[in-house]
Amino acid sequence: MNFVTAGYQLAPVLPEIVLAIGAMALLMLGAYRGQGTTGAVTSLAVVLLVVVGVLEYMLPAGKQVTFGGSFIVDDFARFMKILALIGSAVTLVLSTEFLSDPSRRIFEYAILVLLSTLGMMVLISAGDLISLYLGLELMSLALYVVAASNRDNAKSTEAGLKYFVLGALSSGMLLYGASLIYGFTGTVSFTGIAAVATVSNVGLVFGLVFLLVGLCFKVSAVPFHMWTPDVYEGAPTPVTAFFASAPKVAALAVFTRVTLTAFPGIVSQWQQILVFVSIASMALGSFAAIGQSNIKRLMAYSSIGHMGFALVGLASGTVEGAQGVLMYIVIYVAMTLGSFSIILAMRRNGHAVEQISDFAGLSRTNPLLAFMFAMLLFSLAGIPPLAGFFAKWYVFVAAIKANLFTLAVVGVLTSVVGCYYYLSIVKTMYFEEPAGQVDPVRVEVKTVLAVFGLFNILFALFAGPVVSVASAAAKSLF
Amino acid sequence: MITWPILSVTTFLPLVGALIVYLSRGDDEAARRNSRWIALWTTLITFAVSVILVMRFDAGNPDFQFVEKANWLATGITYHMGVDGISLPLVILTTAVMPFCIIASWKAITKRVREYMMAFLILETLMIGTFSALDLVLFYLFFEGGLIPMFLIIGVWGGPRRVYASFKFFLYTLLGSVLMLLAIMALYWNGGTTDIPTLMHTAVPRSLQTWAWLAFFASFAVKMPMWPVHTWLPDAHVEAPTAGSVVLAAIMLKMGGYGFLRFSLPMFPLASHDFAPLMFTLSAIAIVYTSLVALMQEDMKKLIAYSSVAHMGFVTMGIFAGTMQGVAGGVFQMISHGIVSGALFLCVGVVYDRLHTREIAAYGGLVNRMPLYALTFMVFTMANVGLPGTSGFVGEFMTLLGTFKVSIPTAFFATFGVILSACYALWLYRKVVFGALVKPSLASMKDLTFRECLTLFPMIALTILFGVYPKPVLDMSAASVQQLVNNYNTAVTAVKAAALLQ
Repeated sequence: MNFVTAGYQLAPVLPEIVLAIGAMALLMLGAYRGQGTTGAVTSLAVVLLVVVGVLEYMLPAGKQVTFGGSFIVDDFARFMKILALIGSAVTLVLSTEFLSDPSRRIFEYAILVLLSTLGMMVLISAGDLISLYLGLELMSLALYVVAASNRDNAKSTEAGLKYFVLGALSSGMLLYGASLIYGFTGTVSFTGIAAVATVSNVGLVFGLVFLLVGLCFKVSAVPFHMWTPDVYEGAPTPVTAFFASAPKVAALAVFTRVTLTAFPGIVSQWQQILVFVSIASMALGSFAAIGQSNIKRLMAYSSIGHMGFALVGLASGTVEGAQGVLMYIVIYVAMTLGSFSIILAMRRNGHAVEQISDFAGLSRTNPLLAFMFAMLLFSLAGIPPLAGFFAKWYVFVAAIKANLFTLAVVGVLTSVVGCYYYLSIVKTMYFEEPAGQVDPVRVEVKTVLAVFGLFNILFALFAGPVVSVASAAAKSLF
Repeated sequence: MITWPILSVTTFLPLVGALIVYLSRGDDEAARRNSRWIALWTTLITFAVSVILVMRFDAGNPDFQFVEKANWLATGITYHMGVDGISLPLVILTTAVMPFCIIASWKAITKRVREYMMAFLILETLMIGTFSALDLVLFYLFFEGGLIPMFLIIGVWGGPRRVYASFKFFLYTLLGSVLMLLAIMALYWNGGTTDIPTLMHTAVPRSLQTWAWLAFFASFAVKMPMWPVHTWLPDAHVEAPTAGSVVLAAIMLKMGGYGFLRFSLPMFPLASHDFAPLMFTLSAIAIVYTSLVALMQEDMKKLIAYSSVAHMGFVTMGIFAGTMQGVAGGVFQMISHGIVSGALFLCVGVVYDRLHTREIAAYGGLVNRMPLYALTFMVFTMANVGLPGTSGFVGEFMTLLGTFKVSIPTAFFATFGVILSACYALWLYRKVVFGALVKPSLASMKDLTFRECLTLFPMIALTILFGVYPKPVLDMSAASVQQLVNNYNTAVTAVKAAALLQ
């Protein structure tokens, strides 16, 4: 393959091009054939995502740069993109039930997810501040609309609006930071910034702080997390599952790339910010979740806490740290998709139930579902031998090597606090009397649950290969 | 020669059994009976396989045997299993106690039998794995993984305050262990590997030794449990079903002592030496204080739980004495306590199954209706007291002897524990078994059934056998203990000599 246009290599961007054209084609299909095609468009969107994932996987190995350094494809980008594609594809599969309701036949839903995924892929490959902003906005604008996709529901609309207003604010801050950085370094490319930013000056640090604020908002790290519980609760459950998986991958990927490749010269400046943000996120995620009664709100606080743990790896600023982030995000996505497939499976008399008390006695009425959820919860709490333990191992091992002892100690202690609310759900499922039968679980939800549930339980068996891939991907950043 | 991975087979056989129990569907009486029998056979076969370990074990060799090594995670973290003279007795203890637990739950557990048996079998795998893992990450996996089934066992099949007890058990133990996890990471960066035999011969800087020792201490002290972090144990014991208490007392408490022997002493000898006075103080307080607390208990299980804390005090005292007698006595005391406390909880289970109360005041004069039970209970009470001729005596005597050489005050106070244990144990026995049978609810009590005899009589035999002939256990561990003590003393002496030269 040798695509060249205006002097730029197009081969590395091939997956993105296919995704963009595919999304447009599906939009045409939907627009001309009407809402009746929702099912077909959604299925084709899943196929498209799989095709793009395969293309991404088949790209030649090694680092490729195009568009004058704005677009980078390396092992790290490939790893994160495939993960984001998996997240998007699985959430589309999980959305089948939501879209099958006659009042909600919106084919645009799948198109928006595709466009958002395209934004994520650009974001992950961003090599300068311009492509970073382009990717971020493409991803976010599609997400705002998806959050409000349950049009007749006030809560869903509120979630979309809230997300939009706060998201616009954060984009503004990020853009302001980017312009400051450009002003003080004279370049927007990450490598160019890295060459100039070897000593910190006030203007540059100001820009860096604003840039990090924007990124913290996207990964929903404390103190920029306020939108998360409301949006998670208000948005339709498949959308929440989407928010909790793929966009988090992309945001964390760009977070890692920016800090490690654009500002390696002033590690001490951003390290202290990240240490604070991750301690605050872990603490808030653990303590605030205790009082929740809605499972989706609880998952929101849980994801805030998990982003705090992932940032522990990043805060160490080393190869091991980057590897820790990669391991964490893989396992986090698997645990999250597994958990949301269970939340989606919880239906009584055709209606979704979302209160934690609705899980009472699930181990009696549906033992397998309860067992899988219990294992996922123990895993989220980081108890071995489940996958979640390995996620925590790799981020904390990096923190210990970087001598961030306070961060590590606070981190593990908050994980014990966090354990309390995960255990409370296990208690509700196992120690309490049944609250009634659960409807039969749909086959696509069952499949997703089986895949990620088994991944979670059996992770220890195939951890070795995952570690080597993550390690190779992390090294490509340095 | 060993042609098959015998240690891994022992470890993972119960897991296979759990899988078979899971596959045997259904919820009727036949299905329940099936899962009971499958569980029993699994534990028996596991025990039989572990007996092969004993037969092939070379007691003269102080190093790890039946070693298996395979790639697991990249960069220095491997699947590495093996046993030496310190861990093998504990492995055998585990495989030997489990069949009794299954038999003890035969009639006592009537709801969700399948899940119950699966939880026990998974727990067995995790416990054997803890004692035979030779990689720190693998060890931690087994060590912490055991919390999940035990949490469910207490919470689902436990008594009225089971939720409180299970949460306390889980969070307390986890809090101690996460600090150990950080220390494991620090050791990993110090030695570039988590391989236990390699780390035993890796020099650890003094400051890291101190911190790592404290972190490991946080975990093992909770697990042991040592005063003042023992408060989860009485709650967990009281609320757990009988077999759960047996596993807790007989095996899970030993993980703490095993941890001290496997990690603290060989890897951080200097810190262990520095902190020995702390350990002596805590052990002496545990022995005297918890014995006094035991005197005031109204619940049989709680009394035995507190006596467990006191007896574990002898173990920590002996281990940190760092002498041959002390360490060997500590190992022996762990085995002996495993048998005796397990049996005592089974004895409580016998009367609990009949009357559904554990209040001491509800009983009295049982000897009139249950002579066989009175005899059995007598043997284990005496073993708990440490009467010569029972296994309890050997362990306590050896640890006291070992400690006497190092710290006379500790040995002095610890000896009070022997007297106090006689007070509470005999008081309990008198209240429950002797006296006139006046309470109407006791009038219809039946003596031990065949099934109960099956669980208790072998334990009587072992208690008395090890009391008069402790050689098998002591011989098995002698070489490894000798090597441990030698290495420890060499490291400590070297530092003292270096300090004198300056």
